[in-house]
Amino acid sequence: MTNTEKRTTFWERNRKSGGYLLRKRIWAWTFSIARGILLFGLCFMIVQPLLQKVSVSFMTQNDLYDKSITSIPRHFSTQAFSSAWIVLEKWVAFGNSLWLSAAVGLLQVLSCTLVGYGFARYKFPGKKLLFGCVILMLIVPPSTIITPLYMNFRNFFGTGLNLSKTGIPYLIMCATCSGYKAGLYIYMMRQHFRNEPKELEEAAYVDGCGRLRTFFQILLPGAIPMMVSVFLFAFVWQWTDTVYSRVFYPTADWKLVANRLANSGVLYDGTQKQLYGNLYQTPLIFQNQVQAAATLLVLAPLLIIYVVAQKSFVESVSQSGIKG
Amino acid sequence: MSKNVNDSELRADENLEQAAETTESVLDDLVTTAPNPEGTRKSKQRNLARGNAIAGFLFVLPFIIGFLAFLAYPLFQSIRMSMSSVNVKSFTFTHIGIFNKNSNYYYIFFRDSKFIEKAVDELKRVALFVPGILVFSFFMAVLLNQEFKGRALVRSIYFLPVILAAGAFLGLESNNPLISNVKDMVKAENGAAAITKTLENILLSGETGNTFFQYVIDLVGRVYDIAMSSGIQIIVFLSGLQTIPPSMYEAAKMEGCTAWESFWKITFPLIGSMIMVNIVYTMVDFFTRTDSQLMDYISYVMTTEFDYGRVAAMSWAYFLVVGLFLALVFAIFSRRVYYYD
Repeated sequence: MTNTEKRTTFWERNRKSGGYLLRKRIWAWTFSIARGILLFGLCFMIVQPLLQKVSVSFMTQNDLYDKSITSIPRHFSTQAFSSAWIVLEKWVAFGNSLWLSAAVGLLQVLSCTLVGYGFARYKFPGKKLLFGCVILMLIVPPSTIITPLYMNFRNFFGTGLNLSKTGIPYLIMCATCSGYKAGLYIYMMRQHFRNEPKELEEAAYVDGCGRLRTFFQILLPGAIPMMVSVFLFAFVWQWTDTVYSRVFYPTADWKLVANRLANSGVLYDGTQKQLYGNLYQTPLIFQNQVQAAATLLVLAPLLIIYVVAQKSFVESVSQSGIKG
Repeated sequence: MSKNVNDSELRADENLEQAAETTESVLDDLVTTAPNPEGTRKSKQRNLARGNAIAGFLFVLPFIIGFLAFLAYPLFQSIRMSMSSVNVKSFTFTHIGIFNKNSNYYYIFFRDSKFIEKAVDELKRVALFVPGILVFSFFMAVLLNQEFKGRALVRSIYFLPVILAAGAFLGLESNNPLISNVKDMVKAENGAAAITKTLENILLSGETGNTFFQYVIDLVGRVYDIAMSSGIQIIVFLSGLQTIPPSMYEAAKMEGCTAWESFWKITFPLIGSMIMVNIVYTMVDFFTRTDSQLMDYISYVMTTEFDYGRVAAMSWAYFLVVGLFLALVFAIFSRRVYYYD
């Protein structure tokens, strides 16, 4: 009974409104269909290279030459992955990258949190100038300072210590807020502390809490989500960085996934040459297949992190964007 | 007595002004003015301010050290390098200067045909991409801000480039002929390319506005690159959109505002500060990218010709131009941004 009433009422209401309701309904439908198509198309465009890599890296080498196979391999094989695993030095490169990225992320978070808090809550002479320096740090292209940095680390600020082949210089840089994209992290942390209510600290001070204790006991717990996302950004960007690591760690000594991945084609060729002799030239198509598989392997941990911590990635950026 | 008090207050004022200049004087003042019997609430406040200033300095100290040691000093060195010829083995500099025919700057601007060409290409690329990325990310943010099924999934796919477009992954796509071959094949078979090609021909056959159409067509052709570098920008715009109170739109609708009007009168002005943030972020992102042709050229000179002086000169020339551009953009846009508070 109520159903029929409703059905009739829609058309009645439509007639009463002079066809406005129907037009509105149709417009809403077409709009959402168009939006769906557009969003799907663009999503597909972003994901497509990944899917392509997945399909290519599961093919056997015969399938690669078969023009009739474009996306779904006819003969499944994990050969490319095992080659890529060898190119990436099995667990060695992953282990190195893992501890380096974790250490870099941790140091960057700790130093940038302190500095961000200082910028957000304390007034001191020259603060604006210093914050200008943070912005300067953001916009200086790495290529401008990388050669002098390398020189300084070969002869550590005149002390004669050669640190260029150890990981120490880069860790020092991270601990003093001048690692990769540190300016951005300082900015994010500052933005976070600025949004915290001031009453929180005032109450702590009134209750006789010192400055350090206020920071560590009152403000730090609230900042942990932001710190986690800064850590994640630092981790991800260090994991894929090839610029700093190429300068501070010569590839021969330091096996990092990003470096191995960037040269994966050549490295694969090298392993094949060991097998078949120096005259053997690995076809480019095989090199590319191994590269695709290696990309997937390197990307896998990041994708897992992203899926687990997507909220923290997005929220940190949106929080620091407000009142930019 | 009262005069004395006034005097001491005056002195304290002066002290405060001096304290505002350097840290060392802050420390001195702490010692000299701390035992102040007439010191009432005011001097206590001053002490607090001084203590805060010192604490602030201590908090920021890691950055100051890092900035001086790993940014300011290397920058200074690289200026020196750019003005001299560098002996690679001993890392000693021989001063040349800027305005003579032997200098590195003279070389890169008047003898090196590649540098100018690549730098101009890079600037053109930025000029092409920045408006494209802004429009695309704003459009996507408006779409993703609406309610529909599967929004969370779609959002997470759009933010994926934040990870995918980083460091080592950037250069791999275009260098991988296997994957681009497949792309070309798919394009040719679908005929999708043909439709856009026809459209392009029709649009370009007109008499006027050809350069504009060419520009738009260029952008559409690179929509993948644009989408890959606008992850952060979409998030920033989205968060900006979410801060606009819905009651504003409701009020506008009551007054008879159409969606188009409320977009231009409410959304656009209120998102102004985000546009500013995104312009600066995108420009900085592009200029500091390591996968550009110019950076490749610079690292090529560095690793094969070992001419570090020339490398420094190239980076500095490029950095100055970039800084100029950023300052220009900042000057133009920062005045027009409207802050709603």
